[in-house]
Amino acid sequence: MHRGARLSLCALLLALLAPAAHAQPTAITGAPPVIIPEAAPPQSPATPRPPGSPPAPQPARGLVWKDVADDAGRALDLAWQLSPDDTTGSTVLRGYVIMRSESPGGPWALVDSVPAGLAAFRDQSAGLRRDVEYFYRVDTHGPGGVTPAGSLTGPAIATSQWFNATRWSVLLLTMIFFAVVLFFIQNAQGEGKKPFVRRIPGIDAIEEAIGRATEMGRPVLYVPGVQDIEDMQTVQALIILESVARTTARYQTPLKVPVTYPIPFTIAQEMVRGGYLHEGRPENYDPDSVTFVSPEQFAYVAAITGIMMRDKPAAHIMLGAFFAESLLLAETGFATGAIQVAGTANADQLPFFVVACDYTLIGEELFAASAYLSGEPKLVGSLKGADFMKILVIALVLVGCLLETSGQHGLTQWLATQ
Amino acid sequence: MKREVPLLLTAAIGLFMILSFFVPHHAVSVPADFLQQSAVIVVAFGIVLGGANLLRVNLEAVVKRQGDWPYKVVLIVSLVATVLVGLIEGRDFQAAGTRSTWIYDQVYSPMSSAMFALLAFFIASAAFRAFRIRTPEAGLLALAAFIVMLGRVPLGHVLTAGLPPALRIENLAEWIMDVPQNAAKRAILIGAALGVMATGLRVILGIERSYFSGED
Repeated sequence: MHRGARLSLCALLLALLAPAAHAQPTAITGAPPVIIPEAAPPQSPATPRPPGSPPAPQPARGLVWKDVADDAGRALDLAWQLSPDDTTGSTVLRGYVIMRSESPGGPWALVDSVPAGLAAFRDQSAGLRRDVEYFYRVDTHGPGGVTPAGSLTGPAIATSQWFNATRWSVLLLTMIFFAVVLFFIQNAQGEGKKPFVRRIPGIDAIEEAIGRATEMGRPVLYVPGVQDIEDMQTVQALIILESVARTTARYQTPLKVPVTYPIPFTIAQEMVRGGYLHEGRPENYDPDSVTFVSPEQFAYVAAITGIMMRDKPAAHIMLGAFFAESLLLAETGFATGAIQVAGTANADQLPFFVVACDYTLIGEELFAASAYLSGEPKLVGSLKGADFMKILVIALVLVGCLLETSGQHGLTQWLATQ
Repeated sequence: MKREVPLLLTAAIGLFMILSFFVPHHAVSVPADFLQQSAVIVVAFGIVLGGANLLRVNLEAVVKRQGDWPYKVVLIVSLVATVLVGLIEGRDFQAAGTRSTWIYDQVYSPMSSAMFALLAFFIASAAFRAFRIRTPEAGLLALAAFIVMLGRVPLGHVLTAGLPPALRIENLAEWIMDVPQNAAKRAILIGAALGVMATGLRVILGIERSYFSGED
């Protein structure tokens, strides 16, 4: 709610309560709707005003409601005709106040207010319940007082729908994507051989970096990004960690994995332990190799740069979601002379990694890394599926460009979601 | 069973969450919201594990007098003091004027800003290396960077004010950012989005199993 509107609202409530001799004082406590006992019904005269004060604004009319489509029954749309006093430069009207009740006679609850000039409102307040009948009215208010609504609307009912009709395009493309990926996985599984995948130098460099750290007798630092587990980049970084742990186990090189959030921390512990176990060296697993640092961005950066400067790891592998800290980490790492492999899908951070690191995994290469490293036909098959989908997306982009250029907006509108 | 049950749970919940994207009905959205809220609760419990690990690792380092042990003492004292102050202040520890807020505003916040401020120097040193023209591609990069940087400052506007609008440096800079830069960025984003979907599908279908650790 606008600040001005909030102030006006307080004035409005005082004005509404003052003339009613039997009304009880009602505290305004903020978020919950304020119940106004026996508020003035529609069509009642405007609040009386003392002589010489500005006139009360004329009411808004033509209030209508509409259930918001494609939702879980949590919102209703209201629209009305502007008050005749709602004109440019007019000082009579300050705004509209939206009131709601479960019966036409009240009691009315304040929902919200909007400034002058607006003739629509979406009620998605926490108090709105689906499948309940509501009545709405829109009052006008200004320096001259409050004018109760010229009409009310209802019963308005918010209902939930079984399908979001704006997401047909996403559903179709998702189904095609899943079908294609499954087809290629099945195909790869049936043939039993690894489909061809182009060389990805950044991933190949991971083993090279670990080998160099082994030769130098220094540890490997693995940074799985700064996001929590809900970010798929973190998931991917943790999956790759298992392969990295296998390699460090094979080379008997110490591994350091500082982690930002608690859930990735516990998963990272499992991944490193699993890597050592798979490599047949569970006795070499150091439980302290994975440490929890801090979910605070720059506290985490301070800890990592501290490790880089004090422990001097010979290889820095930074894979996952990175933001402003990308260059802080990569430049500090560069200063230590370590070999650096970085990868992220955050396009804005990629230039920093490209400049400061020896190898960079760009966008999708990060998500291909686990399949590439494992070499499992099933996993590599999923990469083929993603590649096929890319061709389809490119074709869609080209067709969309042609259609838009020729003034046809059907495809663009179909692809737009809410 | 040790593998099948987690796989089944992952698949069922994963597919249900995909379904909730398309079905807004409360029969689906309410359980989906509940699952998301449950994840937040699990994370809250996880912080205890993280805190315990932090204390254990650093206490061990202090006891063993590792090379950087004085830093770890600072960390442990800061951690314990902050937690204690928060516990004493109770549920209103984030309110204005509390000691917890003071610690955050007067101690953590300036240090965090100082870390962030280092970025300016790192950008300068990285830019110095990036713009050394050794190959034709590096030359193009340096030229584009020169145009964009000059196009963002008043000096550039003044220098090219007499040229036709299409050749003015601010318009060239805008074109570089809107057309080639944006096209490359969107290509990366589309590729990454498909990668995210493929990874999600692999995890949901149990094809990607490395998160099961080494236990069979």
